[in-house]
Amino acid sequence: MGGFTTQFAVALTVTISLAFVSGCLGTAFGLFLAISKGTAQPRLNSVVTAYTTVVRGVPELLIILLIYFGGTTLASKIAGRYVEVNAFTAGVIALSVVFSGYATEVFRGAIAAVPAGQTEAAKSLGLNAWQRWVFIIGPQMLRLALPAYGNLWISLFKDTALVSIVGLTDIMRVAYVGAGSLRAPLTFYLAAAALYLSLTTVTLLSIQLAERRYPALGR
Amino acid sequence: MNLGLMFDALVVLPSGVGLTLILTVLSLTAGFLLSVPLAFIRAFGRPGLSLAVLAYTYVIRGTPMLVQLFLLYYGLAQIEAVRASIFWVILRDPLWCALLTFSLNSAAHTTEILCRGLQSVPKGVTEAATSLGLKRFQIARLVTFPIAFRISLPAYGNEVVGMIKGSSLASTVTLLEITGMARQMVSTTFAPYEIFIVAGAIYLSLTSIAVKAMQFLERRLSTGDRPTRRRKARLRPALPDHEITTTPLP
Repeated sequence: MGGFTTQFAVALTVTISLAFVSGCLGTAFGLFLAISKGTAQPRLNSVVTAYTTVVRGVPELLIILLIYFGGTTLASKIAGRYVEVNAFTAGVIALSVVFSGYATEVFRGAIAAVPAGQTEAAKSLGLNAWQRWVFIIGPQMLRLALPAYGNLWISLFKDTALVSIVGLTDIMRVAYVGAGSLRAPLTFYLAAAALYLSLTTVTLLSIQLAERRYPALGR
Repeated sequence: MNLGLMFDALVVLPSGVGLTLILTVLSLTAGFLLSVPLAFIRAFGRPGLSLAVLAYTYVIRGTPMLVQLFLLYYGLAQIEAVRASIFWVILRDPLWCALLTFSLNSAAHTTEILCRGLQSVPKGVTEAATSLGLKRFQIARLVTFPIAFRISLPAYGNEVVGMIKGSSLASTVTLLEITGMARQMVSTTFAPYEIFIVAGAIYLSLTSIAVKAMQFLERRLSTGDRPTRRRKARLRPALPDHEITTTPLP
């Protein structure tokens, strides 16, 4: 493997930070969309539905390519000269979009699964809309959403490999370069697979821990 | 936005739909055929065998499909024995490599889906089948599997959509399906927006059709819906429905 061990270590942090940043952004955006879909007028509702349908119906690879190459063209047009969008930024935007599309559906389902009596009881206690969200619906909804939400994180870690196609030096890219330069593709791709497998395993274990710590109420 | 280019893309890109569909349909079929026995082993097999199947599905589902594809396409060439064997004819070809990767991937996902379906078949049903004198294979074929399949259909629909989307990875090993065609067009026209948006629209229509087809299948195969219940009620009107029976008030 030669000097590629340190490169793999750096690439591992790149992959983790890419997944972490896009996961957090995607969660925030997905939560926002799910809440607005639950409460707002039908017009906004159909816009959110269209967004999730499009995002979930188009390959992740295509979204990454569109944002990377399209983003470069757009930025160049605005700046008036050639500007290249950073692969990490493009990856974060693309993966956040994908994550938020799925997260919206997960959270929407979880919100719908909270019994209506909870909201009614909170209303009868005199809590306002904000308090109802923070104290009553939010905690119950998050517990219900946890298993499906954990799966989203696992597929997010797997999707980060696709960003290597637009040149981000993540695990997959290092494996690709190493495989080419040392003529040992099997070794390098097996190493990459092992790294990804350990990442998804850690994610799976932490999700299971969280599930045991915060089980869905009333089930 | 250049509408002329979008129109060009709309004319050129559909020629990649064929390859996308071939990859998707063949991989789903191979994956399904492989997953049925695996799911039975995983659900009802001996602990050792069940664990072996779990190891397979866990590794496949825990690693990106891109890594698996590159492992097969680039990685296997490192082994001299593979290059000398007769399988080299297959493993040298990107199409076969993509098909093999997608099939193994789909098999792993479908195994887990079907296994969950098999495990949620009520025990009383299989016991009833045993008491009717059916043999184990007959029970699996006539009773357990049809019920499990119906239970797993919604999850399997997601797998079908996932495979349509996953087939876009074939473009990374030089195959010219929709994404591959789009990337080739972009590299000659330098118009990423127009062409990738058209490609996305084509994928969206494919996945929408798949979703609609799965919903149709679900409706066709679903039992316990109102029409059947009504027919039953017409035959035997004497017994009241479970929900309607009044319980004594406390």
